[in-house]
Amino acid sequence: MKVQNNRAWLMVLPMLLIVALSAIIPLMTVVNYSVQDTFGGNEFFWVGTEWFQEILASERFHNALQRTLLFSALILAIEIPLGIAIALAMPRRGMAVSFCLVLMALPLLIPWNVVGTIWQVFGRVDIGLLGHGLASLGIDYNYTQDTLDAWLTLIVMDVWHWTSLVVLLCYSGLVSIPEVYYQAARIDGASRWAVFRFIQLPKIKRVLLIAVLLRFMDSFMIYTEPFVVTGGGPGNSTTFLSIDLVQMAVGQFDLGPAAAMSLIYFLIILLLSWVFYTIMTSLDNDAAASKGGQ
Amino acid sequence: MLKLSEINLAVDGQRYLEDVSLELKRGELNILLGPTLSGKTSLMRVMAGLDRPDSGALSFDGESVIGVAVQRRELAMVYQQFINYPSLTVYENIASPLRVAKLAKDEIDARVMQAAALLKLEPYLERKPANLSGGQQQRVALARALVKRASLVLLDEPLANLDYKLREELRAELPTLFAELGAVLVYATTEPSEALVLGGNTACLHEGRVEQFGPTLGLYRDPDTLMAAKLFSDPPLNTVALQRIGNSLRYKETDQALAESTAAPLLALIESAGSDAVELTLGVRGHHVRDSSAQCSPACFSITGRVDVTEITGSESFVHLDFLGQPWVALLDGVHAHASGAEIELTIDPADCFLFDESGARLRKQCERVN
Repeated sequence: MKVQNNRAWLMVLPMLLIVALSAIIPLMTVVNYSVQDTFGGNEFFWVGTEWFQEILASERFHNALQRTLLFSALILAIEIPLGIAIALAMPRRGMAVSFCLVLMALPLLIPWNVVGTIWQVFGRVDIGLLGHGLASLGIDYNYTQDTLDAWLTLIVMDVWHWTSLVVLLCYSGLVSIPEVYYQAARIDGASRWAVFRFIQLPKIKRVLLIAVLLRFMDSFMIYTEPFVVTGGGPGNSTTFLSIDLVQMAVGQFDLGPAAAMSLIYFLIILLLSWVFYTIMTSLDNDAAASKGGQ
Repeated sequence: MLKLSEINLAVDGQRYLEDVSLELKRGELNILLGPTLSGKTSLMRVMAGLDRPDSGALSFDGESVIGVAVQRRELAMVYQQFINYPSLTVYENIASPLRVAKLAKDEIDARVMQAAALLKLEPYLERKPANLSGGQQQRVALARALVKRASLVLLDEPLANLDYKLREELRAELPTLFAELGAVLVYATTEPSEALVLGGNTACLHEGRVEQFGPTLGLYRDPDTLMAAKLFSDPPLNTVALQRIGNSLRYKETDQALAESTAAPLLALIESAGSDAVELTLGVRGHHVRDSSAQCSPACFSITGRVDVTEITGSESFVHLDFLGQPWVALLDGVHAHASGAEIELTIDPADCFLFDESGARLRKQCERVN
């Protein structure tokens, strides 16, 4: 006979409350805003899907979305291979391990806005070490005026800040591979590339999936650093979705369109994360199968 | 033939192998028997060329192989862990050493199918290793070793991670699988019973030294040293310290003399061995310790021990007891439910006993020493 234990619900209650307060209620508020219009005060009018149609049709949104997609694509294309390469090069034993791990963890400990400020000052042409250095070398670099320079600065900054995360995740995957795998490969006469392709890569695949998802979501939602460094400029060249959204919601106080846009933004992230997850797990079916097997 | 002479290996001042000399012939199964950390894996790594010994010679078919790169030796190895390429199918896993060797496609296919048939892997060729059971994964690893047709096959506790039934099954197949290769087959195990089932030759390893090497059964029946006898006993060899004073043998612990009828054959053995040892160790295997009701020759003697715990398997009972401060195990036929703490009497035939001198060397009748 199955015994019903009603006290179990009592145990779940605190978690439900936290999730409700932190996620469900705010999300529902946004949904509420996205289908209404207001002229100030506390008066709201039902507008249906009008805001959604307006956002999806607007060029401003398309441009910001393209910029954000490009930024995420570049970040993933650089940070994932670089992270794997550094993790492969890291020492596996001895004192050097702790040294490297601490060195790798350092950028991760710095708050976003501090990272932004550091690079903002670092890149300044008048006083910044990087900006001034480049200028004195005769290189024309100015992230406040040149689009390419602004993008380069943001990408280098993000790579500096977040590649460590990929490195640490990959490293944890690599050190968990038993020594005998390498020994067996050596006996087989496998090349360095074959060892990477057939032993290391499959073995770190699952942590790599986490790294890709985290880096995608973070870079797609990037706000603080470009806000501090470029403020979305020059022009609108670094106005990513998040910056655009804040301008719309806080700057212009267009609550309805901003709410609709944040929902679309949220759905895009959800969709793309699902796509990444599906592609990476189906590349090779043993990720799903070994969950049960091991 | 793989010949090792006076191999020494130390890492960071810790000795892993000490003066190991062995001659392992092609087509024979050679077992390395010893507990964990006895040097089995270190020895295999040296044989494989993964580690270079500090001193000593290693030759294969008369040619020195020290310094020859691992991948250039004709070598296959199977481990305790199931080592396969995770992203490749079973077929590609088995084929991988042949692909590295750049064999023709037909040849690869023929060899893979043959190995798969031998190891009953045909239904699983398109699967990934993670979708197989542990026993099947190890079969894939064995098939990889088999297709290579290596002249040296090293099996490092290949069955240790398998459950009892699969282990029995694979153990029965293993010697025949590799027999046709005509390779030097080396098999490491911690279990004396496994060595006995597999047969062949056995080298007993202890702290990086070969205690004794010879045909498995001969070594079991006729160990040279106390250590070899201990290594090759399961349940552990029962021992008790004896002292010879004049023409009597006494238990060292209690100074109690053994009965004359018991002491006589033992003293005769000591005399025949030409030993003048005073401090002796008597060793007897668990299954030679019998129930006191069993029939025994007049020379038999009894011991009284306090029962610690009794494990009953059904057909046998392992009675763990304390005899003169030593942990003993009596392996009795049938069910013997002795209560913990009970004093029981057991019978031993001196003819079943081994005697060792102070150095641990076994005392034998002179005429036995010929082999």
